[in-house]
Amino acid sequence: MRALLLRDLRLALRAGGGFGLALAFFLIVVVLVPFSVGPQTALLSVIAPGILWLGALLACLLSLDRLLALDFEDGTLDLMVTAPLPLEAALSVKALAHWLTTGLPLVLVAPVLGLMLNFAPGGYVWLVASLALGTPALSVIGTFGAALTVGIKRGGLLLSLLVLPLYVPTLIFGAEAARRGAAGLDATTPLLLLAGITLATIACMPFASATVLRMGLR
Amino acid sequence: MMPELGKYAVEVVSAYGVSLLLLAALVGLTLYRGKYARAALRTAEREVKTDS
Amino acid sequence: MSIWSYANPVKFLALSARVQPALWGAAALCVSVGLIWGFFGTPDDARQGSTVKIIYLHVPAALMAINAWFMMLVASLIWLIRRHHVSALAAKAAAPVGAIMTLIALFTGAVWGQPMWGTWWAWDPRLTSFLILFLFYLGYIALWEAVEDPDTAADLTSVLCLVGSVFAVLSRYAVNFWSQGLHQGTSVPVATGGRTVADVFFYPLVVSMLGFGLLFIALVFYRTGTEISLRRAAALRARADRGL
Repeated sequence: MRALLLRDLRLALRAGGGFGLALAFFLIVVVLVPFSVGPQTALLSVIAPGILWLGALLACLLSLDRLLALDFEDGTLDLMVTAPLPLEAALSVKALAHWLTTGLPLVLVAPVLGLMLNFAPGGYVWLVASLALGTPALSVIGTFGAALTVGIKRGGLLLSLLVLPLYVPTLIFGAEAARRGAAGLDATTPLLLLAGITLATIACMPFASATVLRMGLR
Repeated sequence: MMPELGKYAVEVVSAYGVSLLLLAALVGLTLYRGKYARAALRTAEREVKTDS
Repeated sequence: MSIWSYANPVKFLALSARVQPALWGAAALCVSVGLIWGFFGTPDDARQGSTVKIIYLHVPAALMAINAWFMMLVASLIWLIRRHHVSALAAKAAAPVGAIMTLIALFTGAVWGQPMWGTWWAWDPRLTSFLILFLFYLGYIALWEAVEDPDTAADLTSVLCLVGSVFAVLSRYAVNFWSQGLHQGTSVPVATGGRTVADVFFYPLVVSMLGFGLLFIALVFYRTGTEISLRRAAALRARADRGL
């Protein structure tokens, strides 16, 4: 399992591995927002939690394409399916690698981008907490979507269509936690609900992902 | 004949209009596709009979 | 003869041919009676004026939008467990019907709320949940179209339906939670749990709901027949291509 994790991490961190892409996309989205809504700091401050969450979500989505497609193309996926390591475990590891190379960097960079959007100073802890708790769910749910579309040519757009509705609960609770934190309110409830979703998806989604991956590879 | 719809006439009429349109389109497309599919099957079955 | 005998496509088609004329006739009757009665034969509401007439479209459509997905869920489970092709194709057939029902529910719901909210769309929790449901329908239909092998498509879409159902329920609660922050509170003026609909509105509503339900069943029977025809024709062609 560790070998698989290290391999995925190495592949992602290599040049052309897509590691910086998610971060760059996150930055671009945040930069584009003031251009589209205007530079008034008051307005930006209000929408900052939502924009940061949305940007992180879209950046995660973007990198899901490569999660399984490359392995599918070079035959590694068939090896994974027939290996002694349970497929559920392998997919969990891939999701973990995805989070480490996409979600986690987003979490760390978010406060910096929050500065650009005039994010309320008191809310940074809640923002980081919500993203840290929520992005693993995005990786795990995204893995399911990637497994679902693994054999489909140019399935990127379909992947987005399938995964985005699944992201809604995570987004709602995550952004709400960030919003309440920014407003100085107690954000424990949405944060707990978010944590619940993340734990449940980490526990259950790999089974669904493995099932559809086996179906798709047949 | 037409009931007095008052100030909400636009809303009510558009609601009914669009809904009935969508239903008609659904039924229409269903029947069109169905006729095509059944005809295609008959052709395919006929070809099998003439081949054997 | 148990219900499982209809898993046989031939028996299913025979049943379908027998029941469809009655189904279509009853559906047409109930929908017309319900809508005409409701539109022409009922008074306006004190608060909502003539917009209350939208109830005869909105409630039946919304009901069928949910029921269609539930039927797809059951059919998907039957496919996954018992591998009956008719079941998988029935789910495929039902999806566009459910999607249209959802669309009708969305449109009528938005329009109904317009006088109250002053805008043509509001992020009301019920409407938002239906919007999410519509996205689930779109994804399901898109996946069927995208996968080449029919059995694999049936497998993948079945699991998607299952997973989607869980997330749809989860989204419902999330959206309710989310809309609290809007301080709006007013939802689509539909007969919700506690509030009851007056008798004069209730009876045409029931007829209309029945009509929409019968229409759904008739459409699914016919469309499943279409799917079976398409599958069979493709199979025959494939055999001919292989030179059998």
